[in-house]
Amino acid sequence: MPGEHFVVAPGWAWYILLYFFFAGISGGAFVIGTMLRLFGSAADKAASRLAFIISFPLLLLCPVLLTLDLGQPLRFWHMLVDVKTGTPAFKAYSPISLGSWGLTIFGLFAFVMFLAAVGEGGYLRWRVLAGAGRVMSSAIGKAFMVIGAIFGFFVAAYTGVLLAVSNQPVWSDTWTLGGLFLASGLSGAAASIMLLSRSRREAEVTEGKLMEADRYFIILELLLIALFLITLGGALSKMGGGWILLWLVVLIGTLVPLILEWRPALLRQAPPALVPVLVLVGVLALRAVIIFSAQA
Amino acid sequence: MAQPVGFFTDTTLCIGCKACEVACKEWNGLPDNPLVFRDSYDNTGQLDHANWRHVRFIEQTTTSPDKPIAWSMMSDVCKHCANASCLEVCPTNAIVRTEFDTVFIQQDVCNGCRDCISACPYGVIGFNSNTGTAQKCTFCYDRLQNNLKPACATACPTQSIKFGPLDEMRQVAATRVATLQAQGMTEARIYGDKEYGGLHAFFLLTDKPETYSLPSTESAVLPSRNNIPGYLGAAITAVVAAVAGLIAFRRRGETPSSPSPAGGGGQGGD
Repeated sequence: MPGEHFVVAPGWAWYILLYFFFAGISGGAFVIGTMLRLFGSAADKAASRLAFIISFPLLLLCPVLLTLDLGQPLRFWHMLVDVKTGTPAFKAYSPISLGSWGLTIFGLFAFVMFLAAVGEGGYLRWRVLAGAGRVMSSAIGKAFMVIGAIFGFFVAAYTGVLLAVSNQPVWSDTWTLGGLFLASGLSGAAASIMLLSRSRREAEVTEGKLMEADRYFIILELLLIALFLITLGGALSKMGGGWILLWLVVLIGTLVPLILEWRPALLRQAPPALVPVLVLVGVLALRAVIIFSAQA
Repeated sequence: MAQPVGFFTDTTLCIGCKACEVACKEWNGLPDNPLVFRDSYDNTGQLDHANWRHVRFIEQTTTSPDKPIAWSMMSDVCKHCANASCLEVCPTNAIVRTEFDTVFIQQDVCNGCRDCISACPYGVIGFNSNTGTAQKCTFCYDRLQNNLKPACATACPTQSIKFGPLDEMRQVAATRVATLQAQGMTEARIYGDKEYGGLHAFFLLTDKPETYSLPSTESAVLPSRNNIPGYLGAAITAVVAAVAGLIAFRRRGETPSSPSPAGGGGQGGD
Protein backbone atom coordinates (compact mmCIF):
# COMPACT_ATOMS: atom_id res chain seq x y z
CA MET A 1 0.00 0.00 0.00
CA PRO A 2 1.43 3.39 -0.94
CA GLY A 3 1.15 6.23 1.50
CA GLU A 4 4.47 6.78 3.23
CA HIS A 5 7.13 8.57 1.25
CA PHE A 6 10.78 9.03 2.17
CA VAL A 7 11.85 10.38 -1.18
CA VAL A 8 13.71 13.24 -2.79
CA ALA A 9 11.97 15.41 -5.39
CA PRO A 10 13.34 15.21 -8.94
CA GLY A 11 13.35 18.99 -9.31
CA TRP A 12 11.06 19.07 -12.34
CA ALA A 13 10.00 22.67 -12.70
CA TRP A 14 9.16 25.26 -15.34
CA TYR A 15 10.44 23.48 -18.44
CA ILE A 16 8.44 20.40 -17.51
CA LEU A 17 5.36 22.47 -16.65
CA LEU A 18 5.46 24.17 -20.06
CA TYR A 19 6.15 20.87 -21.78
CA PHE A 20 3.11 19.26 -20.15
CA PHE A 21 1.03 22.30 -21.12
CA PHE A 22 2.05 22.35 -24.78
CA ALA A 23 1.96 18.56 -25.16
CA GLY A 24 -1.61 18.52 -23.84
CA ILE A 25 -2.75 21.22 -26.24
CA SER A 26 -0.84 19.82 -29.23
CA GLY A 27 -2.18 16.29 -28.77
CA GLY A 28 -5.65 17.62 -27.98
CA ALA A 29 -5.70 19.88 -31.05
CA PHE A 30 -4.83 16.96 -33.34
CA VAL A 31 -7.62 14.89 -31.79
CA ILE A 32 -10.14 17.72 -32.18
CA GLY A 33 -9.02 18.36 -35.76
CA THR A 34 -9.58 14.70 -36.55
CA MET A 35 -12.98 14.56 -34.83
CA LEU A 36 -14.13 17.67 -36.70
CA ARG A 37 -13.18 15.93 -39.98
CA LEU A 38 -14.85 12.67 -39.09
CA PHE A 39 -18.01 13.89 -37.39
CA GLY A 40 -18.38 17.50 -38.58
CA SER A 41 -19.77 19.18 -41.66
CA ALA A 42 -18.07 20.91 -44.58
CA ALA A 43 -18.30 24.18 -42.66
CA ASP A 44 -16.10 22.72 -39.91
CA LYS A 45 -13.19 22.07 -42.23
CA ALA A 46 -11.62 25.47 -41.59
CA ALA A 47 -11.61 24.93 -37.81
CA SER A 48 -10.21 21.44 -38.38
CA ARG A 49 -7.38 22.91 -40.46
CA LEU A 50 -6.71 25.43 -37.72
CA ALA A 51 -6.46 22.57 -35.20
CA PHE A 52 -3.82 20.80 -37.29
CA ILE A 53 -1.98 24.06 -37.87
CA ILE A 54 -1.85 24.68 -34.10
CA SER A 55 -0.83 21.13 -33.23
CA PHE A 56 2.53 20.91 -34.99
CA PRO A 57 4.22 24.19 -33.91
CA LEU A 58 3.22 23.55 -30.31
CA LEU A 59 4.60 20.04 -30.55
CA LEU A 60 7.89 21.45 -31.84
CA LEU A 61 8.30 23.28 -28.53
CA CYS A 62 8.09 20.01 -26.59
CA PRO A 63 11.47 18.42 -27.43
CA VAL A 64 13.12 21.81 -26.99
CA LEU A 65 11.72 22.16 -23.46
CA LEU A 66 12.51 18.54 -22.59
CA THR A 67 16.08 18.90 -23.85
CA LEU A 68 16.61 22.13 -21.91
CA ASP A 69 15.47 20.33 -18.76
CA LEU A 70 18.08 17.58 -19.10
CA GLY A 71 21.27 17.77 -17.07
CA GLN A 72 23.14 16.77 -20.24
CA PRO A 73 21.10 18.34 -23.08
CA LEU A 74 23.43 17.05 -25.81
CA ARG A 75 22.54 13.51 -24.75
CA PHE A 76 18.84 13.97 -25.58
CA TRP A 77 19.16 11.22 -28.17
CA HIS A 78 20.02 8.69 -25.45
CA MET A 79 16.23 8.54 -24.93
CA LEU A 80 15.90 6.78 -28.27
CA VAL A 81 19.21 4.97 -28.77
CA ASP A 82 20.99 2.67 -26.33
CA VAL A 83 24.48 4.10 -26.67
CA LYS A 84 26.17 0.94 -25.43
CA THR A 85 24.56 -1.39 -27.97
CA GLY A 86 23.48 0.99 -30.74
CA THR A 87 20.00 -0.51 -30.63
CA PRO A 88 16.75 1.40 -29.96
CA ALA A 89 16.31 2.24 -26.27
CA PHE A 90 12.74 1.19 -25.62
CA LYS A 91 11.16 0.25 -22.31
CA ALA A 92 7.40 -0.20 -22.45
CA TYR A 93 7.06 0.14 -18.67
CA SER A 94 9.07 3.39 -18.51
CA PRO A 95 6.68 6.24 -19.44
CA ILE A 96 9.57 8.55 -20.37
CA SER A 97 10.88 5.93 -22.80
CA LEU A 98 7.42 5.25 -24.21
CA GLY A 99 6.74 8.98 -24.34
CA SER A 100 9.96 9.69 -26.24
CA TRP A 101 8.88 7.28 -28.96
CA GLY A 102 5.28 8.49 -28.80
CA LEU A 103 6.37 12.11 -29.27
CA THR A 104 8.62 11.18 -32.19
CA ILE A 105 5.93 9.20 -33.99
CA PHE A 106 3.22 11.76 -33.22
CA GLY A 107 5.58 14.41 -34.57
CA LEU A 108 5.50 12.71 -37.98
CA PHE A 109 1.69 12.67 -38.03
CA ALA A 110 1.46 16.26 -36.79
CA PHE A 111 3.98 17.41 -39.42
CA VAL A 112 2.18 15.71 -42.31
CA MET A 113 -1.21 17.01 -41.20
CA PHE A 114 0.25 20.49 -40.73
CA LEU A 115 1.47 20.45 -44.34
CA ALA A 116 -1.82 19.02 -45.56
CA ALA A 117 -3.80 21.68 -43.69
CA VAL A 118 -1.57 24.44 -45.06
CA GLY A 119 -2.03 22.97 -48.53
CA GLU A 120 -5.80 22.59 -48.26
CA GLY A 121 -6.16 26.05 -46.80
CA GLY A 122 -4.17 27.52 -49.67
CA TYR A 123 -1.86 29.35 -47.26
CA LEU A 124 1.11 28.30 -49.36
CA ARG A 125 0.35 27.65 -53.02
CA TRP A 126 2.82 24.84 -53.59
CA ARG A 127 1.70 22.01 -55.83
CA VAL A 128 2.95 19.33 -53.39
CA LEU A 129 1.01 20.88 -50.53
CA ALA A 130 -2.15 21.16 -52.62
CA GLY A 131 -1.86 17.42 -53.31
CA ALA A 132 -1.40 16.72 -49.62
CA GLY A 133 -4.43 18.86 -48.89
CA ARG A 134 -6.58 16.81 -51.25
CA VAL A 135 -5.51 13.62 -49.48
CA MET A 136 -7.00 14.97 -46.22
CA SER A 137 -10.52 14.27 -47.40
CA SER A 138 -9.79 10.82 -48.80
CA ALA A 139 -10.30 7.55 -46.92
CA ILE A 140 -6.52 7.16 -46.64
CA GLY A 141 -6.26 10.65 -45.24
CA LYS A 142 -8.92 9.95 -42.64
CA ALA A 143 -7.30 6.65 -41.64
CA PHE A 144 -4.01 8.55 -41.28
CA MET A 145 -5.72 11.12 -39.07
CA VAL A 146 -7.31 8.45 -36.86
CA ILE A 147 -3.95 6.74 -36.27
CA GLY A 148 -2.39 10.13 -35.59
CA ALA A 149 -5.21 10.95 -33.18
CA ILE A 150 -4.46 7.81 -31.18
CA PHE A 151 -0.92 9.13 -30.75
CA GLY A 152 -2.41 12.57 -30.02
CA PHE A 153 -4.45 11.07 -27.19
CA PHE A 154 -1.30 9.37 -25.94
CA VAL A 155 0.88 12.51 -26.01
CA ALA A 156 -1.77 14.50 -24.14
CA ALA A 157 -2.26 11.78 -21.52
CA TYR A 158 1.05 10.02 -20.91
CA THR A 159 2.57 12.97 -19.04
CA GLY A 160 0.13 12.25 -16.22
CA VAL A 161 1.05 8.56 -16.22
CA LEU A 162 4.72 9.58 -16.18
CA LEU A 163 4.18 11.38 -12.88
CA ALA A 164 2.17 8.48 -11.45
CA VAL A 165 4.87 5.93 -12.31
CA SER A 166 7.16 7.14 -9.53
CA ASN A 167 7.30 6.94 -5.77
CA GLN A 168 6.62 10.63 -5.17
CA PRO A 169 3.81 11.75 -2.88
CA VAL A 170 0.63 12.87 -4.66
CA TRP A 171 1.77 11.65 -8.10
CA SER A 172 2.13 7.98 -7.20
CA ASP A 173 -0.87 7.94 -4.87
CA THR A 174 -3.42 8.20 -7.67
CA TRP A 175 -4.21 6.56 -11.01
CA THR A 176 -6.18 9.54 -12.32
CA LEU A 177 -3.45 11.84 -13.67
CA GLY A 178 -3.31 10.41 -17.21
CA GLY A 179 -7.04 10.89 -17.75
CA LEU A 180 -7.03 14.24 -15.97
CA PHE A 181 -4.25 15.68 -18.13
CA LEU A 182 -5.98 14.35 -21.24
CA ALA A 183 -9.35 15.94 -20.41
CA SER A 184 -7.63 19.19 -19.48
CA GLY A 185 -5.46 19.10 -22.63
CA LEU A 186 -8.54 18.61 -24.83
CA SER A 187 -10.24 21.54 -23.13
CA GLY A 188 -7.13 23.68 -23.63
CA ALA A 189 -6.97 22.65 -27.30
CA ALA A 190 -10.63 23.55 -27.86
CA ALA A 191 -9.95 26.92 -26.21
CA SER A 192 -6.86 27.53 -28.38
CA ILE A 193 -8.82 26.79 -31.57
CA MET A 194 -11.63 29.09 -30.39
CA LEU A 195 -9.14 31.85 -29.65
CA LEU A 196 -7.44 31.64 -33.03
CA SER A 197 -10.66 31.11 -35.00
CA ARG A 198 -11.70 34.64 -34.03
CA SER A 199 -9.28 36.00 -36.59
CA ARG A 200 -10.53 33.61 -39.30
CA ARG A 201 -14.15 34.14 -40.20
CA GLU A 202 -14.49 30.81 -42.03
CA ALA A 203 -13.48 28.96 -38.85
CA GLU A 204 -15.72 31.00 -36.59
CA VAL A 205 -18.81 29.04 -37.67
CA THR A 206 -17.55 26.07 -35.66
CA GLU A 207 -17.27 28.07 -32.44
CA GLY A 208 -20.59 26.82 -31.09
CA LYS A 209 -19.57 23.21 -31.57
CA LEU A 210 -16.18 23.85 -30.00
CA MET A 211 -17.86 25.43 -27.00
CA GLU A 212 -20.18 22.45 -26.65
CA ALA A 213 -17.21 20.08 -26.82
CA ASP A 214 -15.31 22.21 -24.34
CA ARG A 215 -18.24 21.97 -21.92
CA TYR A 216 -18.05 18.19 -22.05
CA PHE A 217 -14.26 18.21 -21.67
CA ILE A 218 -14.52 20.55 -18.66
CA ILE A 219 -17.16 18.34 -17.02
CA LEU A 220 -14.90 15.34 -17.59
CA GLU A 221 -11.98 17.29 -16.14
CA LEU A 222 -13.98 18.29 -13.04
CA LEU A 223 -15.03 14.68 -12.48
CA LEU A 224 -11.41 13.58 -12.73
CA ILE A 225 -10.26 16.36 -10.37
CA ALA A 226 -12.78 15.03 -7.84
CA LEU A 227 -11.51 11.48 -8.35
CA PHE A 228 -7.92 12.72 -8.09
CA LEU A 229 -8.57 14.37 -4.72
CA ILE A 230 -10.53 11.37 -3.43
CA THR A 231 -7.80 8.90 -4.37
CA LEU A 232 -4.99 10.92 -2.77
CA GLY A 233 -5.74 9.70 0.75
CA GLY A 234 -3.13 10.98 3.19
CA ALA A 235 -1.28 12.84 0.46
CA LEU A 236 -4.22 15.26 0.23
CA SER A 237 -2.47 17.30 2.94
CA LYS A 238 0.19 18.25 0.35
CA MET A 239 -2.54 20.22 -1.45
CA GLY A 240 -3.21 22.51 1.50
CA GLY A 241 -1.70 25.87 2.44
CA GLY A 242 -0.78 28.22 -0.37
CA TRP A 243 -1.62 25.65 -3.02
CA ILE A 244 -5.30 26.31 -2.38
CA LEU A 245 -4.83 29.62 -4.22
CA LEU A 246 -3.64 27.76 -7.31
CA TRP A 247 -6.59 25.38 -6.99
CA LEU A 248 -8.83 28.45 -6.97
CA VAL A 249 -7.30 29.46 -10.30
CA VAL A 250 -8.03 25.95 -11.60
CA LEU A 251 -11.64 26.26 -10.46
CA ILE A 252 -12.00 29.70 -12.04
CA GLY A 253 -10.49 28.30 -15.24
CA THR A 254 -13.05 25.52 -15.35
CA LEU A 255 -16.26 26.66 -13.64
CA VAL A 256 -16.45 30.20 -15.08
CA PRO A 257 -15.99 29.04 -18.72
CA LEU A 258 -18.45 26.20 -18.08
CA ILE A 259 -21.12 28.60 -16.81
CA LEU A 260 -20.51 31.11 -19.60
CA GLU A 261 -20.58 28.42 -22.30
CA TRP A 262 -23.86 27.14 -20.89
CA ARG A 263 -25.52 30.56 -20.65
CA PRO A 264 -25.32 32.41 -24.00
CA ALA A 265 -26.91 35.49 -22.42
CA LEU A 266 -24.03 35.80 -19.97
CA LEU A 267 -21.48 34.90 -22.65
CA ARG A 268 -22.59 37.78 -24.88
CA GLN A 269 -21.83 40.25 -22.09
CA ALA A 270 -18.33 38.85 -21.49
CA PRO A 271 -15.25 39.92 -23.46
CA PRO A 272 -14.90 37.61 -26.51
CA ALA A 273 -11.58 36.09 -25.49
CA LEU A 274 -12.54 35.58 -21.83
CA VAL A 275 -13.61 31.95 -22.05
CA PRO A 276 -10.60 30.57 -23.96
CA VAL A 277 -8.12 32.62 -21.94
CA LEU A 278 -9.61 31.44 -18.64
CA VAL A 279 -9.55 27.84 -19.85
CA LEU A 280 -5.89 28.08 -20.85
CA VAL A 281 -4.93 29.68 -17.53
CA GLY A 282 -6.80 26.87 -15.76
CA VAL A 283 -5.01 24.19 -17.81
CA LEU A 284 -1.63 25.68 -16.87
CA ALA A 285 -2.59 26.11 -13.20
CA LEU A 286 -3.77 22.50 -12.93
CA ARG A 287 -0.43 21.19 -14.12
CA ALA A 288 1.45 23.69 -11.97
CA VAL A 289 -0.31 22.74 -8.75
CA ILE A 290 0.18 19.02 -9.37
CA ILE A 291 3.85 19.33 -10.39
CA PHE A 292 4.95 21.79 -7.73
CA SER A 293 2.89 20.79 -4.68
CA ALA A 294 4.20 17.22 -4.73
CA GLN A 295 7.80 18.44 -4.78
CA ALA A 296 7.43 21.15 -2.13
CA MET B 1 32.85 -15.77 -11.59
CA ALA B 2 31.48 -12.82 -9.66
CA GLN B 3 28.81 -13.58 -7.08
CA PRO B 4 26.08 -11.36 -5.60
CA VAL B 5 27.42 -9.24 -2.79
CA GLY B 6 25.73 -7.52 0.13
CA PHE B 7 26.09 -5.00 2.92
CA PHE B 8 24.67 -6.01 6.28
CA THR B 9 24.45 -2.89 8.43
CA ASP B 10 23.85 -3.69 12.10
CA THR B 11 22.49 -0.48 13.64
CA THR B 12 23.02 -1.80 17.18
CA LEU B 13 26.76 -1.56 16.62
CA CYS B 14 26.85 1.88 15.02
CA ILE B 15 28.46 4.56 17.23
CA GLY B 16 27.94 7.44 14.80
CA CYS B 17 31.64 8.05 14.14
CA LYS B 18 31.02 8.68 10.42
CA ALA B 19 34.21 6.90 9.38
CA CYS B 20 32.11 5.29 6.65
CA GLU B 21 31.09 8.70 5.29
CA VAL B 22 34.69 9.93 5.27
CA ALA B 23 36.07 6.76 3.68
CA CYS B 24 33.38 6.87 1.00
CA LYS B 25 34.09 10.49 0.17
CA GLU B 26 37.84 9.92 0.07
CA TRP B 27 37.74 6.84 -2.14
CA ASN B 28 35.14 8.19 -4.54
CA GLY B 29 36.47 11.74 -4.63
CA LEU B 30 33.19 13.24 -3.47
CA PRO B 31 33.13 16.92 -2.48
CA ASP B 32 32.94 17.89 1.18
CA ASN B 33 29.76 19.26 2.68
CA PRO B 34 29.25 22.92 3.47
CA LEU B 35 29.21 23.55 7.22
CA VAL B 36 25.59 23.55 8.31
CA PHE B 37 24.35 23.33 11.89
CA ARG B 38 21.24 21.18 11.97
CA ASP B 39 20.52 21.02 15.71
CA SER B 40 21.97 17.51 15.69
CA TYR B 41 25.24 15.66 15.27
CA ASP B 42 23.84 14.74 11.88
CA ASN B 43 25.34 17.51 9.79
CA THR B 44 25.22 15.47 6.58
CA GLY B 45 21.46 15.69 6.28
CA GLN B 46 20.64 13.19 3.57
CA LEU B 47 21.95 10.91 0.89
CA ASP B 48 22.54 12.72 -2.39
CA HIS B 49 25.00 13.06 -5.26
CA ALA B 50 27.82 13.99 -2.87
CA ASN B 51 26.87 11.80 0.10
CA TRP B 52 26.71 8.09 -0.66
CA ARG B 53 26.82 7.10 3.02
CA HIS B 54 24.80 9.00 5.60
CA VAL B 55 24.87 8.27 9.32
CA ARG B 56 21.42 9.03 10.62
CA PHE B 57 21.11 10.21 14.23
CA ILE B 58 17.60 9.37 15.36
CA GLU B 59 16.58 10.95 18.65
CA GLN B 60 13.68 9.41 20.52
CA THR B 61 12.19 10.20 23.89
CA THR B 62 11.93 7.32 26.35
CA THR B 63 10.01 6.63 29.55
CA SER B 64 13.23 6.16 31.53
CA PRO B 65 13.78 9.12 33.94
CA ASP B 66 17.59 8.86 33.90
CA LYS B 67 17.79 8.45 30.09
CA PRO B 68 15.00 10.62 28.69
CA ILE B 69 16.54 10.65 25.20
CA ALA B 70 17.71 7.59 23.26
CA TRP B 71 19.76 7.74 20.12
CA SER B 72 19.59 5.24 17.33
CA MET B 73 22.30 5.50 14.71
CA MET B 74 22.22 4.00 11.28
CA SER B 75 24.65 4.26 8.40
CA ASP B 76 22.29 4.61 5.44
CA VAL B 77 23.25 3.84 1.85
CA CYS B 78 21.76 2.87 -1.53
CA LYS B 79 19.91 -0.40 -1.02
CA HIS B 80 20.85 -1.89 -4.42
CA CYS B 81 17.36 -3.43 -4.60
CA ALA B 82 16.85 -6.73 -6.41
CA ASN B 83 13.81 -5.10 -8.06
CA ALA B 84 15.12 -1.57 -8.38
CA SER B 85 12.66 1.28 -9.00
CA CYS B 86 15.38 3.49 -10.51
CA LEU B 87 16.48 0.81 -12.96
CA GLU B 88 12.88 0.16 -13.90
CA VAL B 89 12.10 3.72 -15.00
CA CYS B 90 15.48 4.78 -16.45
CA PRO B 91 14.71 5.51 -20.13
CA THR B 92 18.32 5.55 -21.37
CA ASN B 93 19.48 2.25 -19.86
CA ALA B 94 22.10 4.26 -17.97
CA ILE B 95 21.20 2.31 -14.82
CA VAL B 96 22.35 -1.28 -15.05
CA ARG B 97 22.84 -4.31 -12.86
CA THR B 98 26.49 -5.32 -12.50
CA GLU B 99 28.03 -8.77 -12.38
CA PHE B 100 27.91 -8.42 -8.56
CA ASP B 101 24.11 -7.94 -8.76
CA THR B 102 24.47 -4.33 -7.62
CA VAL B 103 22.83 -1.30 -9.24
CA PHE B 104 25.14 1.09 -11.09
CA ILE B 105 24.58 4.39 -12.91
CA GLN B 106 26.74 4.68 -16.04
CA GLN B 107 27.85 8.30 -15.98
CA ASP B 108 28.63 8.38 -19.70
CA VAL B 109 25.08 7.29 -20.58
CA CYS B 110 22.93 9.21 -18.05
CA ASN B 111 21.43 12.36 -19.57
CA GLY B 112 20.11 13.81 -16.33
CA CYS B 113 16.36 13.37 -16.84
CA ARG B 114 16.02 12.64 -13.10
CA ASP B 115 13.26 10.05 -13.48
CA CYS B 116 15.31 7.73 -11.24
CA ILE B 117 15.19 10.35 -8.49
CA SER B 118 11.40 10.49 -8.70
CA ALA B 119 11.26 6.69 -8.56
CA CYS B 120 13.71 5.86 -5.76
CA PRO B 121 11.62 5.10 -2.65
CA TYR B 122 14.60 5.69 -0.35
CA GLY B 123 15.63 9.16 -1.56
CA VAL B 124 19.08 7.84 -2.36
CA ILE B 125 19.88 9.34 -5.75
CA GLY B 126 20.98 12.94 -6.17
CA PHE B 127 21.44 15.18 -9.19
CA ASN B 128 24.96 16.55 -9.67
CA SER B 129 24.58 19.90 -11.38
CA ASN B 130 28.29 19.94 -12.26
CA THR B 131 28.19 16.71 -14.25
CA GLY B 132 24.50 17.03 -15.19
CA THR B 133 23.91 13.42 -14.17
CA ALA B 134 22.28 11.38 -11.42
CA GLN B 135 24.69 9.89 -8.89
CA LYS B 136 24.61 7.47 -5.98
CA CYS B 137 26.60 4.75 -4.23
CA THR B 138 28.37 2.48 -6.72
CA PHE B 139 28.97 -0.24 -4.07
CA CYS B 140 32.61 0.68 -4.79
CA TYR B 141 32.30 -1.11 -8.13
CA ASP B 142 35.93 -0.35 -8.95
CA ARG B 143 37.09 -1.90 -5.68
CA LEU B 144 34.88 -4.97 -6.17
CA GLN B 145 36.42 -5.50 -9.59
CA ASN B 146 39.81 -5.58 -7.87
CA ASN B 147 38.74 -7.92 -5.05
CA LEU B 148 38.69 -5.15 -2.46
CA LYS B 149 36.01 -4.49 0.16
CA PRO B 150 33.99 -1.30 -0.30
CA ALA B 151 35.62 1.66 1.44
CA CYS B 152 32.86 2.16 4.03
CA ALA B 153 32.93 -1.45 5.23
CA THR B 154 36.72 -1.34 5.36
CA ALA B 155 36.74 1.79 7.51
CA CYS B 156 33.91 0.89 9.91
CA PRO B 157 35.64 0.43 13.33
CA THR B 158 32.78 -1.44 15.03
CA GLN B 159 31.89 -3.76 12.16
CA SER B 160 28.43 -2.23 12.05
CA ILE B 161 28.86 -2.37 8.27
CA LYS B 162 29.63 -5.90 7.16
CA PHE B 163 30.37 -6.85 3.59
CA GLY B 164 30.49 -10.21 1.87
CA PRO B 165 28.66 -12.63 -0.39
CA LEU B 166 24.92 -11.90 -0.13
CA ASP B 167 23.89 -15.36 1.12
CA GLU B 168 26.60 -15.31 3.76
CA MET B 169 25.53 -11.84 4.93
CA ARG B 170 21.92 -12.98 5.26
CA GLN B 171 23.03 -15.88 7.46
CA VAL B 172 25.14 -13.57 9.61
CA ALA B 173 22.12 -11.25 9.97
CA ALA B 174 19.75 -14.06 10.92
CA THR B 175 22.16 -15.31 13.59
CA ARG B 176 22.62 -11.81 15.00
CA VAL B 177 18.86 -11.19 15.21
CA ALA B 178 18.38 -14.51 16.99
CA THR B 179 21.14 -13.62 19.47
CA LEU B 180 19.67 -10.18 20.22
CA GLN B 181 16.17 -11.54 20.61
CA ALA B 182 17.46 -14.24 22.98
CA GLN B 183 19.07 -11.44 25.01
CA GLY B 184 15.68 -9.73 25.34
CA MET B 185 15.87 -7.22 22.48
CA THR B 186 12.61 -8.44 21.02
CA GLU B 187 12.29 -5.45 18.68
CA ALA B 188 15.36 -6.55 16.70
CA ARG B 189 14.41 -7.26 13.09
CA ILE B 190 15.87 -7.40 9.60
CA TYR B 191 14.84 -4.81 7.05
CA GLY B 192 15.55 -5.78 3.48
CA ASP B 193 14.90 -9.49 3.14
CA LYS B 194 11.48 -9.01 1.55
CA GLU B 195 11.37 -5.39 0.36
CA TYR B 196 11.88 -4.92 -3.39
CA GLY B 197 12.72 -8.55 -3.92
CA GLY B 198 15.44 -8.35 -1.27
CA LEU B 199 17.88 -5.51 -0.71
CA HIS B 200 21.59 -5.93 -1.28
CA ALA B 201 22.16 -3.40 1.48
CA PHE B 202 19.96 -4.55 4.35
CA PHE B 203 19.74 -3.53 7.98
CA LEU B 204 19.24 -4.81 11.49
CA LEU B 205 16.80 -2.39 13.11
CA THR B 206 15.50 -2.11 16.66
CA ASP B 207 12.37 -0.19 15.80
CA LYS B 208 9.85 -0.04 13.00
CA PRO B 209 11.29 0.96 9.57
CA GLU B 210 9.52 4.34 9.49
CA THR B 211 11.59 5.44 12.49
CA TYR B 212 14.66 5.17 10.26
CA SER B 213 12.90 6.89 7.31
CA LEU B 214 12.45 3.58 5.54
CA PRO B 215 9.10 2.66 3.98
CA SER B 216 7.33 -0.27 5.60
CA THR B 217 7.19 -3.57 3.74
CA GLU B 218 3.61 -2.75 2.64
CA SER B 219 4.67 0.66 1.34
CA ALA B 220 7.72 -0.65 -0.52
CA VAL B 221 6.13 -0.77 -3.97
CA LEU B 222 7.47 -0.34 -7.49
CA PRO B 223 6.58 2.65 -9.70
CA SER B 224 5.36 0.30 -12.44
CA ARG B 225 2.35 -0.58 -10.28
CA ASN B 226 0.73 2.59 -11.69
CA ASN B 227 1.35 1.83 -15.37
CA ILE B 228 -1.77 -0.22 -16.11
CA PRO B 229 -4.19 1.80 -13.93
CA GLY B 230 -2.74 5.05 -15.31
CA TYR B 231 -3.03 4.11 -18.98
CA LEU B 232 -6.39 2.45 -18.42
CA GLY B 233 -7.75 5.62 -16.81
CA ALA B 234 -6.43 7.63 -19.75
CA ALA B 235 -7.93 5.18 -22.28
CA ILE B 236 -11.37 5.36 -20.65
CA THR B 237 -11.11 9.17 -20.66
CA ALA B 238 -10.14 9.06 -24.35
CA VAL B 239 -13.21 6.96 -25.20
CA VAL B 240 -15.52 9.28 -23.24
CA ALA B 241 -13.89 12.32 -24.91
CA ALA B 242 -14.36 10.76 -28.35
CA VAL B 243 -18.07 10.21 -27.62
CA ALA B 244 -18.28 13.83 -26.39
CA GLY B 245 -16.63 14.93 -29.65
CA LEU B 246 -19.10 12.88 -31.68
CA ILE B 247 -22.04 14.53 -29.89
CA ALA B 248 -20.59 18.05 -30.10
CA PHE B 249 -19.26 17.96 -33.66
CA ARG B 250 -21.95 15.83 -35.33
CA ARG B 251 -23.57 17.17 -38.46
CA ARG B 252 -26.90 18.81 -37.80
CA GLY B 253 -28.65 18.74 -41.15
CA GLU B 254 -25.60 20.30 -42.78
CA THR B 255 -23.67 19.25 -45.84
CA PRO B 256 -21.43 16.30 -44.98
CA SER B 257 -17.73 17.09 -44.99
CA SER B 258 -16.92 14.31 -47.44
CA PRO B 259 -16.56 13.71 -50.23
CA SER B 260 -14.82 17.04 -50.39
CA PRO B 261 -14.45 19.07 -53.55
CA ALA B 262 -11.04 18.40 -55.04
CA GLY B 263 -8.55 21.16 -55.32
CA GLY B 264 -8.40 22.11 -51.67
CA GLY B 265 -8.33 25.74 -52.52
CA GLY B 266 -8.64 27.00 -49.03
CA GLN B 267 -11.84 28.83 -48.33
CA GLY B 268 -13.16 27.70 -51.65
CA GLY B 269 -13.20 24.16 -50.40
CA ASP B 270 -15.42 25.05 -47.53
